[in-house]
Amino acid sequence: MSATDGSLSGGDMSVGHVEPQGGLTVAFCATLKRDLVLMLRRRSEVMNPLVFFAIVITLFPIGISPDPQLLAAIAPGLLWVAALLAALLSLDSLFRADYDDGSLEQLLLTPQPLALLTLAKVAVHWLLTGLPLALMAPLLGIMLALPAGSYLVLALSLALGTASLSLIGAIGAALTVGLSRGGVLLSLLVLPLYIPVLIFGAGAVQAAILGDGIMAHLAILGALLSLALCLAPWAIAASLRISING
Amino acid sequence: MTSGKGPLRVESGRKSPFLESALSLRLQAQNLACERDDRWLFRGLDLDIRAGEIVRVEGPNGSGKTTLLKILSGQLADYEGELYWDERPMRQARESFLSNLLYMGHAPGVKAALTPLENLAWYQAMAGQPRDEAARFAALEDVGLAGFEDLPAGQLSAGQQRRVALARLVLTPRPLWVLDEPFTAIDRDGVGALEQRLVEHARRGGCVLVTTHHELTPCAELRRIRLGGGGVDVGN
Repeated sequence: MSATDGSLSGGDMSVGHVEPQGGLTVAFCATLKRDLVLMLRRRSEVMNPLVFFAIVITLFPIGISPDPQLLAAIAPGLLWVAALLAALLSLDSLFRADYDDGSLEQLLLTPQPLALLTLAKVAVHWLLTGLPLALMAPLLGIMLALPAGSYLVLALSLALGTASLSLIGAIGAALTVGLSRGGVLLSLLVLPLYIPVLIFGAGAVQAAILGDGIMAHLAILGALLSLALCLAPWAIAASLRISING
Repeated sequence: MTSGKGPLRVESGRKSPFLESALSLRLQAQNLACERDDRWLFRGLDLDIRAGEIVRVEGPNGSGKTTLLKILSGQLADYEGELYWDERPMRQARESFLSNLLYMGHAPGVKAALTPLENLAWYQAMAGQPRDEAARFAALEDVGLAGFEDLPAGQLSAGQQRRVALARLVLTPRPLWVLDEPFTAIDRDGVGALEQRLVEHARRGGCVLVTTHHELTPCAELRRIRLGGGGVDVGN
Protein backbone atom coordinates (compact mmCIF):
# COMPACT_ATOMS: atom_id res chain seq x y z
CA MET A 1 0.00 0.00 0.00
CA SER A 2 1.45 3.32 -0.97
CA ALA A 3 1.70 6.26 1.41
CA THR A 4 -1.12 8.02 -0.36
CA ASP A 5 -3.49 5.11 -0.10
CA GLY A 6 -2.61 4.77 3.55
CA SER A 7 -3.70 8.25 4.40
CA LEU A 8 -6.94 7.78 2.50
CA SER A 9 -8.05 4.77 4.44
CA GLY A 10 -6.07 5.49 7.58
CA GLY A 11 -6.15 3.46 10.71
CA ASP A 12 -3.53 0.88 9.97
CA MET A 13 -0.54 3.13 9.43
CA SER A 14 1.22 5.08 12.09
CA VAL A 15 2.99 8.35 11.54
CA GLY A 16 6.54 8.21 12.75
CA HIS A 17 9.34 10.68 12.89
CA VAL A 18 10.73 11.93 9.65
CA GLU A 19 14.50 12.03 9.67
CA PRO A 20 16.08 15.16 8.22
CA GLN A 21 16.60 14.42 4.57
CA GLY A 22 19.23 15.76 2.25
CA GLY A 23 17.69 16.46 -1.10
CA LEU A 24 19.20 19.94 -1.37
CA THR A 25 19.93 19.44 -5.05
CA VAL A 26 16.38 18.28 -5.67
CA ALA A 27 14.96 21.27 -3.80
CA PHE A 28 17.33 23.68 -5.56
CA CYS A 29 16.46 22.36 -9.02
CA ALA A 30 12.74 22.33 -8.23
CA THR A 31 12.83 25.97 -7.11
CA LEU A 32 14.88 26.93 -10.16
CA LYS A 33 12.48 25.15 -12.48
CA ARG A 34 9.35 26.49 -10.78
CA ASP A 35 10.57 30.09 -10.96
CA LEU A 36 11.67 29.73 -14.57
CA VAL A 37 8.26 28.36 -15.54
CA LEU A 38 6.52 31.11 -13.58
CA MET A 39 8.52 33.86 -15.24
CA LEU A 40 8.11 32.38 -18.70
CA ARG A 41 4.33 32.37 -18.16
CA ARG A 42 4.47 36.08 -17.34
CA ARG A 43 6.34 37.17 -20.43
CA SER A 44 5.56 40.84 -19.96
CA GLU A 45 7.51 40.88 -16.73
CA VAL A 46 10.51 39.45 -18.54
CA MET A 47 10.14 41.89 -21.42
CA ASN A 48 9.67 45.06 -19.33
CA PRO A 49 13.33 45.58 -18.33
CA LEU A 50 14.47 44.88 -21.89
CA VAL A 51 12.03 47.36 -23.40
CA PHE A 52 12.98 49.90 -20.71
CA PHE A 53 16.66 49.42 -21.59
CA ALA A 54 15.99 49.92 -25.31
CA ILE A 55 13.85 53.02 -24.80
CA VAL A 56 16.26 54.72 -22.39
CA ILE A 57 19.17 54.18 -24.78
CA THR A 58 17.08 55.56 -27.67
CA LEU A 59 16.39 58.72 -25.68
CA PHE A 60 20.04 59.76 -25.47
CA PRO A 61 20.76 60.38 -29.18
CA ILE A 62 17.46 62.27 -29.29
CA GLY A 63 18.07 64.28 -26.14
CA ILE A 64 21.81 64.98 -26.36
CA SER A 65 22.99 64.93 -29.93
CA PRO A 66 23.14 62.46 -32.79
CA ASP A 67 26.86 63.27 -33.19
CA PRO A 68 28.58 59.85 -33.35
CA GLN A 69 31.82 61.09 -31.80
CA LEU A 70 30.11 62.58 -28.77
CA LEU A 71 27.90 59.51 -28.32
CA ALA A 72 30.82 57.10 -28.68
CA ALA A 73 32.64 58.89 -25.87
CA ILE A 74 29.80 58.45 -23.39
CA ALA A 75 28.38 55.17 -24.74
CA PRO A 76 30.04 52.76 -22.23
CA GLY A 77 28.74 54.69 -19.25
CA LEU A 78 25.28 55.18 -20.75
CA LEU A 79 24.87 51.53 -21.64
CA TRP A 80 26.00 50.40 -18.23
CA VAL A 81 23.84 52.85 -16.28
CA ALA A 82 20.77 52.05 -18.36
CA ALA A 83 21.32 48.28 -17.98
CA LEU A 84 21.81 48.73 -14.24
CA LEU A 85 18.54 50.64 -13.90
CA ALA A 86 16.73 48.10 -16.05
CA ALA A 87 17.96 45.28 -13.82
CA LEU A 88 16.84 47.25 -10.78
CA LEU A 89 13.37 47.68 -12.26
CA SER A 90 12.54 44.00 -12.03
CA LEU A 91 14.07 43.42 -8.60
CA ASP A 92 11.06 44.55 -6.61
CA SER A 93 9.01 41.59 -7.79
CA LEU A 94 11.72 39.04 -6.95
CA PHE A 95 10.15 37.92 -3.65
CA ARG A 96 6.91 39.91 -3.76
CA ALA A 97 4.67 37.27 -5.35
CA ASP A 98 6.05 34.57 -3.05
CA TYR A 99 5.38 36.80 -0.06
CA ASP A 100 1.81 37.50 -1.11
CA ASP A 101 0.74 33.94 -1.90
CA GLY A 102 2.41 32.31 1.09
CA SER A 103 5.11 30.37 -0.78
CA LEU A 104 7.78 32.43 0.97
CA GLU A 105 6.65 31.09 4.36
CA GLN A 106 6.91 27.61 2.93
CA LEU A 107 10.38 28.31 1.55
CA LEU A 108 11.49 29.51 4.99
CA LEU A 109 10.12 26.36 6.62
CA THR A 110 12.02 23.85 4.54
CA PRO A 111 14.81 22.01 6.35
CA GLN A 112 17.21 22.82 3.52
CA PRO A 113 19.46 25.88 3.94
CA LEU A 114 17.44 28.91 2.91
CA ALA A 115 20.51 30.74 1.62
CA LEU A 116 21.09 28.17 -1.11
CA LEU A 117 17.43 28.07 -2.11
CA THR A 118 17.34 31.85 -2.49
CA LEU A 119 20.33 31.43 -4.78
CA ALA A 120 18.03 29.55 -7.16
CA LYS A 121 15.66 32.50 -7.25
CA VAL A 122 18.52 34.93 -7.88
CA ALA A 123 19.84 32.70 -10.63
CA VAL A 124 16.47 32.85 -12.38
CA HIS A 125 16.45 36.63 -12.05
CA TRP A 126 19.87 36.84 -13.69
CA LEU A 127 18.99 34.33 -16.43
CA LEU A 128 15.89 36.28 -17.43
CA THR A 129 17.10 39.83 -16.78
CA GLY A 130 20.88 40.22 -16.61
CA LEU A 131 21.76 37.79 -19.36
CA PRO A 132 19.22 39.12 -21.91
CA LEU A 133 20.35 42.67 -21.10
CA ALA A 134 23.96 41.68 -21.73
CA LEU A 135 23.04 40.04 -25.04
CA MET A 136 20.97 43.03 -26.11
CA ALA A 137 23.52 45.70 -25.17
CA PRO A 138 25.73 45.31 -28.29
CA LEU A 139 22.70 46.00 -30.51
CA LEU A 140 22.00 49.21 -28.64
CA GLY A 141 25.72 49.96 -28.76
CA ILE A 142 25.41 50.30 -32.53
CA MET A 143 22.83 53.01 -31.97
CA LEU A 144 25.31 54.90 -29.79
CA ALA A 145 28.11 54.45 -32.35
CA LEU A 146 30.12 52.35 -29.92
CA PRO A 147 33.56 51.81 -31.52
CA ALA A 148 34.18 48.41 -33.02
CA GLY A 149 36.16 45.97 -30.92
CA SER A 150 34.37 46.77 -27.66
CA TYR A 151 31.11 44.91 -28.31
CA LEU A 152 32.21 41.58 -26.94
CA VAL A 153 33.70 43.21 -23.88
CA LEU A 154 30.45 45.11 -23.33
CA ALA A 155 28.40 41.90 -23.37
CA LEU A 156 30.91 40.04 -21.23
CA SER A 157 31.25 42.78 -18.62
CA LEU A 158 27.47 43.13 -18.41
CA ALA A 159 26.97 39.37 -18.07
CA LEU A 160 29.48 39.26 -15.22
CA GLY A 161 28.34 42.50 -13.65
CA THR A 162 24.59 41.93 -13.73
CA ALA A 163 25.09 38.65 -11.84
CA SER A 164 26.59 40.67 -8.99
CA LEU A 165 23.80 43.22 -9.35
CA SER A 166 21.16 40.49 -9.03
CA LEU A 167 22.82 39.11 -5.91
CA ILE A 168 23.26 42.49 -4.21
CA GLY A 169 19.82 43.67 -5.30
CA ALA A 170 18.17 40.56 -3.91
CA ILE A 171 19.34 41.58 -0.42
CA GLY A 172 17.45 44.84 -0.82
CA ALA A 173 14.44 43.07 -2.31
CA ALA A 174 14.39 40.68 0.65
CA LEU A 175 14.58 43.55 3.12
CA THR A 176 11.73 45.49 1.52
CA VAL A 177 9.42 42.60 0.61
CA GLY A 178 7.21 43.19 3.65
CA LEU A 179 6.67 46.85 2.83
CA SER A 180 3.73 47.79 0.66
CA ARG A 181 5.68 50.44 -1.28
CA GLY A 182 9.20 49.16 -1.04
CA GLY A 183 10.19 50.01 -4.62
CA VAL A 184 11.72 53.44 -4.03
CA LEU A 185 13.34 52.37 -0.77
CA LEU A 186 14.80 49.39 -2.58
CA SER A 187 16.46 51.68 -5.13
CA LEU A 188 17.87 53.92 -2.41
CA LEU A 189 19.25 50.92 -0.53
CA VAL A 190 20.74 49.13 -3.47
CA LEU A 191 22.03 51.79 -5.88
CA PRO A 192 24.96 52.92 -3.69
CA LEU A 193 26.08 49.29 -3.48
CA TYR A 194 26.04 49.05 -7.28
CA ILE A 195 28.77 51.69 -7.66
CA PRO A 196 31.83 49.37 -7.59
CA VAL A 197 30.28 47.10 -10.20
CA LEU A 198 29.44 50.11 -12.39
CA ILE A 199 32.97 51.53 -12.12
CA PHE A 200 34.70 48.36 -13.24
CA GLY A 201 32.01 47.36 -15.74
CA ALA A 202 32.00 50.66 -17.60
CA GLY A 203 35.76 50.82 -17.11
CA ALA A 204 36.23 47.54 -18.95
CA VAL A 205 34.35 48.82 -22.00
CA GLN A 206 36.21 52.14 -21.91
CA ALA A 207 39.52 50.28 -21.72
CA ALA A 208 38.56 48.16 -24.72
CA ILE A 209 37.78 51.31 -26.72
CA LEU A 210 41.11 52.87 -25.78
CA GLY A 211 42.94 49.64 -26.56
CA ASP A 212 44.15 49.15 -22.98
CA GLY A 213 44.14 45.80 -21.25
CA ILE A 214 40.68 44.72 -20.20
CA MET A 215 41.69 41.75 -18.11
CA ALA A 216 42.19 43.73 -14.92
CA HIS A 217 38.67 45.14 -15.06
CA LEU A 218 37.09 41.81 -15.90
CA ALA A 219 39.10 40.11 -13.16
CA ILE A 220 37.82 42.60 -10.60
CA LEU A 221 34.25 42.09 -11.86
CA GLY A 222 34.81 38.37 -11.42
CA ALA A 223 36.19 38.94 -7.93
CA LEU A 224 33.17 41.06 -7.02
CA LEU A 225 30.90 38.31 -8.30
CA SER A 226 32.71 35.65 -6.25
CA LEU A 227 32.44 37.80 -3.17
CA ALA A 228 28.74 38.42 -3.78
CA LEU A 229 28.18 34.69 -4.41
CA CYS A 230 29.77 33.82 -1.08
CA LEU A 231 28.18 36.48 1.09
CA ALA A 232 24.92 37.64 -0.50
CA PRO A 233 22.92 34.39 -0.08
CA TRP A 234 23.35 34.51 3.70
CA ALA A 235 22.38 38.18 3.76
CA ILE A 236 19.33 37.45 1.59
CA ALA A 237 18.26 34.61 3.88
CA ALA A 238 18.68 36.75 7.00
CA SER A 239 16.80 39.63 5.38
CA LEU A 240 13.91 37.36 4.45
CA ARG A 241 13.66 36.13 8.02
CA ILE A 242 13.60 39.73 9.25
CA SER A 243 10.91 40.65 6.72
CA ILE A 244 8.68 37.72 7.60
CA ASN A 245 9.07 38.60 11.27
CA GLY A 246 7.76 42.12 10.77
CA MET B 1 9.64 -0.12 11.45
CA THR B 2 12.26 2.60 11.70
CA SER B 3 15.20 3.42 9.54
CA GLY B 4 17.57 3.04 12.47
CA LYS B 5 19.26 6.36 11.77
CA GLY B 6 19.58 9.14 14.30
CA PRO B 7 18.66 9.29 17.94
CA LEU B 8 15.34 7.60 18.54
CA ARG B 9 13.55 7.79 21.82
CA VAL B 10 10.55 5.90 23.06
CA GLU B 11 7.94 8.20 24.44
CA SER B 12 7.70 8.24 28.19
CA GLY B 13 4.78 9.31 30.31
CA ARG B 14 1.25 9.44 28.99
CA LYS B 15 0.79 7.12 26.09
CA SER B 16 -1.88 7.04 23.51
CA PRO B 17 -3.33 3.61 22.79
CA PHE B 18 -2.81 4.33 19.08
CA LEU B 19 0.86 4.91 19.60
CA GLU B 20 2.46 1.53 19.92
CA SER B 21 4.94 2.12 17.14
CA ALA B 22 5.23 5.88 16.98
CA LEU B 23 8.39 7.58 18.08
CA SER B 24 8.47 10.46 20.44
CA LEU B 25 6.79 13.49 19.01
CA ARG B 26 6.57 16.30 21.42
CA LEU B 27 6.35 20.04 21.08
CA GLN B 28 6.66 21.98 24.30
CA ALA B 29 6.53 25.64 25.15
CA GLN B 30 7.51 27.02 28.50
CA ASN B 31 6.40 30.37 29.82
CA LEU B 32 5.73 31.63 26.33
CA ALA B 33 4.83 35.29 26.02
CA CYS B 34 4.36 37.59 23.09
CA GLU B 35 3.84 41.33 23.09
CA ARG B 36 2.45 43.26 20.17
CA ASP B 37 2.02 47.04 20.14
CA ASP B 38 2.40 47.33 23.95
CA ARG B 39 -0.21 44.66 24.50
CA TRP B 40 0.37 41.13 25.71
CA LEU B 41 -1.18 38.69 23.29
CA PHE B 42 -0.47 35.92 25.76
CA ARG B 43 1.77 35.45 28.78
CA GLY B 44 2.97 32.52 30.79
CA LEU B 45 1.72 30.04 28.24
CA ASP B 46 2.84 26.46 28.94
CA LEU B 47 2.13 23.92 26.27
CA ASP B 48 2.85 20.25 25.92
CA ILE B 49 1.65 18.85 22.64
CA ARG B 50 2.19 15.18 21.98
CA ALA B 51 1.59 12.60 19.35
CA GLY B 52 -2.02 11.56 18.99
CA GLU B 53 -3.46 14.94 19.87
CA ILE B 54 -5.47 17.55 18.05
CA VAL B 55 -4.95 20.90 19.73
CA ARG B 56 -7.34 23.60 18.74
CA VAL B 57 -6.27 27.16 19.47
CA GLU B 58 -9.34 29.28 20.12
CA GLY B 59 -9.94 32.93 20.67
CA PRO B 60 -11.58 35.99 19.19
CA ASN B 61 -10.09 37.86 16.21
CA GLY B 62 -6.82 39.50 17.10
CA SER B 63 -6.21 37.34 20.13
CA GLY B 64 -2.92 36.04 18.74
CA LYS B 65 -3.86 32.64 17.34
CA THR B 66 -1.89 33.11 14.14
CA THR B 67 1.02 34.64 16.04
CA LEU B 68 1.11 31.65 18.39
CA LEU B 69 1.10 29.23 15.46
CA LYS B 70 3.87 31.17 13.75
CA ILE B 71 5.95 31.13 16.93
CA LEU B 72 5.36 27.42 17.43
CA SER B 73 6.28 26.69 13.82
CA GLY B 74 9.52 28.62 14.22
CA GLN B 75 8.72 31.56 11.95
CA LEU B 76 8.62 34.35 14.50
CA ALA B 77 11.59 35.00 16.72
CA ASP B 78 9.92 37.86 18.55
CA TYR B 79 8.76 36.09 21.70
CA GLU B 80 9.79 35.29 25.26
CA GLY B 81 10.02 31.83 26.74
CA GLU B 82 11.42 28.53 25.56
CA LEU B 83 10.40 26.08 22.87
CA TYR B 84 11.38 22.43 22.92
CA TRP B 85 11.10 19.80 20.24
CA ASP B 86 11.60 16.23 21.38
CA GLU B 87 12.79 17.59 24.71
CA ARG B 88 15.61 19.43 23.02
CA PRO B 89 15.73 23.23 22.79
CA MET B 90 14.33 24.36 19.45
CA ARG B 91 17.59 26.03 18.47
CA GLN B 92 19.38 22.68 18.44
CA ALA B 93 16.51 20.67 17.07
CA ARG B 94 15.45 23.05 14.31
CA GLU B 95 16.36 20.86 11.36
CA SER B 96 14.67 17.80 12.83
CA PHE B 97 11.65 19.94 13.70
CA LEU B 98 11.31 21.36 10.19
CA SER B 99 11.63 17.87 8.69
CA ASN B 100 8.61 16.82 10.73
CA LEU B 101 6.51 19.93 10.24
CA LEU B 102 3.80 20.66 7.74
CA TYR B 103 2.68 24.26 8.14
CA MET B 104 -0.19 25.85 6.28
CA GLY B 105 -0.81 29.53 6.81
CA HIS B 106 -3.58 31.97 5.91
CA ALA B 107 -2.24 32.23 2.39
CA PRO B 108 -2.43 28.77 0.85
CA GLY B 109 1.00 28.94 -0.80
CA VAL B 110 -0.38 28.05 -4.19
CA LYS B 111 1.01 29.74 -7.29
CA ALA B 112 -1.79 31.08 -9.48
CA ALA B 113 0.19 30.72 -12.70
CA LEU B 114 1.06 27.08 -12.06
CA THR B 115 -1.28 24.11 -12.36
CA PRO B 116 -2.15 22.13 -9.21
CA LEU B 117 0.19 19.37 -10.42
CA GLU B 118 3.09 21.79 -10.80
CA ASN B 119 2.37 23.36 -7.44
CA LEU B 120 2.49 19.96 -5.78
CA ALA B 121 5.64 19.01 -7.69
CA TRP B 122 7.46 21.83 -5.92
CA TYR B 123 6.19 20.77 -2.51
CA GLN B 124 7.15 17.19 -3.26
CA ALA B 125 10.69 18.24 -4.12
CA MET B 126 10.95 20.52 -1.10
CA ALA B 127 9.95 17.59 1.11
CA GLY B 128 12.87 15.65 -0.31
CA GLN B 129 10.67 13.17 -2.12
CA PRO B 130 11.44 11.76 -5.55
CA ARG B 131 9.29 12.95 -8.45
CA ASP B 132 6.15 10.88 -8.41
CA GLU B 133 3.38 12.09 -10.66
CA ALA B 134 1.02 9.25 -9.75
CA ALA B 135 1.15 10.28 -6.09
CA ARG B 136 0.33 13.85 -7.07
CA PHE B 137 -2.65 12.75 -9.16
CA ALA B 138 -3.83 10.58 -6.28
CA ALA B 139 -3.47 13.42 -3.77
CA LEU B 140 -5.46 15.80 -5.98
CA GLU B 141 -8.14 13.22 -6.53
CA ASP B 142 -8.30 12.70 -2.80
CA VAL B 143 -9.08 16.37 -2.16
CA GLY B 144 -11.72 16.38 -4.87
CA LEU B 145 -9.76 18.05 -7.63
CA ALA B 146 -9.81 15.24 -10.17
CA GLY B 147 -10.11 16.81 -13.60
CA PHE B 148 -8.58 20.12 -12.49
CA GLU B 149 -4.98 18.90 -12.44
CA ASP B 150 -3.86 20.82 -15.50
CA LEU B 151 -5.72 24.10 -15.12
CA PRO B 152 -3.78 27.11 -13.85
CA ALA B 153 -4.59 27.40 -10.15
CA GLY B 154 -5.54 31.04 -10.70
CA GLN B 155 -8.59 29.87 -12.63
CA LEU B 156 -9.79 27.75 -9.72
CA SER B 157 -12.10 29.03 -7.00
CA ALA B 158 -10.76 30.08 -3.59
CA GLY B 159 -11.98 26.83 -2.08
CA GLN B 160 -10.34 24.78 -4.81
CA GLN B 161 -7.06 26.62 -4.32
CA ARG B 162 -7.28 25.81 -0.63
CA ARG B 163 -7.83 22.20 -1.60
CA VAL B 164 -4.64 22.25 -3.66
CA ALA B 165 -2.80 23.29 -0.51
CA LEU B 166 -4.62 20.62 1.50
CA ALA B 167 -3.44 17.98 -0.95
CA ARG B 168 -0.05 18.41 0.71
CA LEU B 169 -1.46 16.67 3.80
CA VAL B 170 -1.84 13.57 1.68
CA LEU B 171 1.19 14.01 -0.53
CA THR B 172 3.99 14.78 1.91
CA PRO B 173 3.57 12.76 5.10
CA ARG B 174 4.73 14.73 8.10
CA PRO B 175 3.74 13.90 11.68
CA LEU B 176 3.23 17.47 12.95
CA TRP B 177 0.56 19.53 11.22
CA VAL B 178 0.25 23.21 12.06
CA LEU B 179 -2.79 24.52 10.24
CA ASP B 180 -3.98 28.11 10.40
CA GLU B 181 -7.67 28.31 9.47
CA PRO B 182 -7.55 25.32 7.10
CA PHE B 183 -11.33 25.31 6.71
CA THR B 184 -11.41 28.74 5.03
CA ALA B 185 -13.44 28.69 1.82
CA ILE B 186 -14.01 24.92 2.00
CA ASP B 187 -17.54 23.65 1.38
CA ARG B 188 -19.50 21.58 3.89
CA ASP B 189 -18.53 18.17 2.50
CA GLY B 190 -14.91 19.24 2.36
CA VAL B 191 -15.01 20.43 5.96
CA GLY B 192 -16.31 17.05 7.09
CA ALA B 193 -13.65 15.19 5.12
CA LEU B 194 -10.87 17.43 6.42
CA GLU B 195 -12.06 17.05 9.99
CA GLN B 196 -12.06 13.29 9.51
CA ARG B 197 -8.55 13.52 8.13
CA LEU B 198 -7.32 15.42 11.19
CA VAL B 199 -8.77 12.79 13.52
CA GLU B 200 -7.26 9.96 11.49
CA HIS B 201 -3.90 11.66 11.51
CA ALA B 202 -4.00 11.96 15.31
CA ARG B 203 -5.12 8.34 15.68
CA ARG B 204 -2.20 7.19 13.57
CA GLY B 205 0.20 8.90 15.93
CA GLY B 206 0.36 12.29 14.26
CA CYS B 207 -0.21 15.57 15.94
CA VAL B 208 -2.35 18.48 14.80
CA LEU B 209 -2.28 22.09 15.93
CA VAL B 210 -5.12 24.02 14.38
CA THR B 211 -6.91 27.34 14.58
CA THR B 212 -10.42 27.54 13.27
CA HIS B 213 -13.70 29.29 13.87
CA HIS B 214 -15.43 26.17 12.70
CA GLU B 215 -16.69 24.05 15.60
CA LEU B 216 -14.84 20.73 15.58
CA THR B 217 -16.77 17.62 16.50
CA PRO B 218 -15.68 16.60 20.02
CA CYS B 219 -13.52 13.50 20.12
CA ALA B 220 -11.04 11.88 22.48
CA GLU B 221 -8.06 13.41 20.70
CA LEU B 222 -9.28 17.00 20.82
CA ARG B 223 -7.83 19.50 23.26
CA ARG B 224 -8.41 23.23 23.40
CA ILE B 225 -6.26 26.22 24.14
CA ARG B 226 -8.10 29.46 24.66
CA LEU B 227 -6.39 32.77 23.98
CA GLY B 228 -7.75 36.23 24.55
CA GLY B 229 -7.57 39.13 26.95
CA GLY B 230 -3.92 38.54 27.74
CA GLY B 231 -4.75 35.48 29.81
CA VAL B 232 -4.53 31.91 28.67
CA ASP B 233 -6.78 29.06 29.52
CA VAL B 234 -5.35 25.66 28.76
CA GLY B 235 -7.93 22.98 29.27
CA ASN B 236 -9.47 19.90 27.89
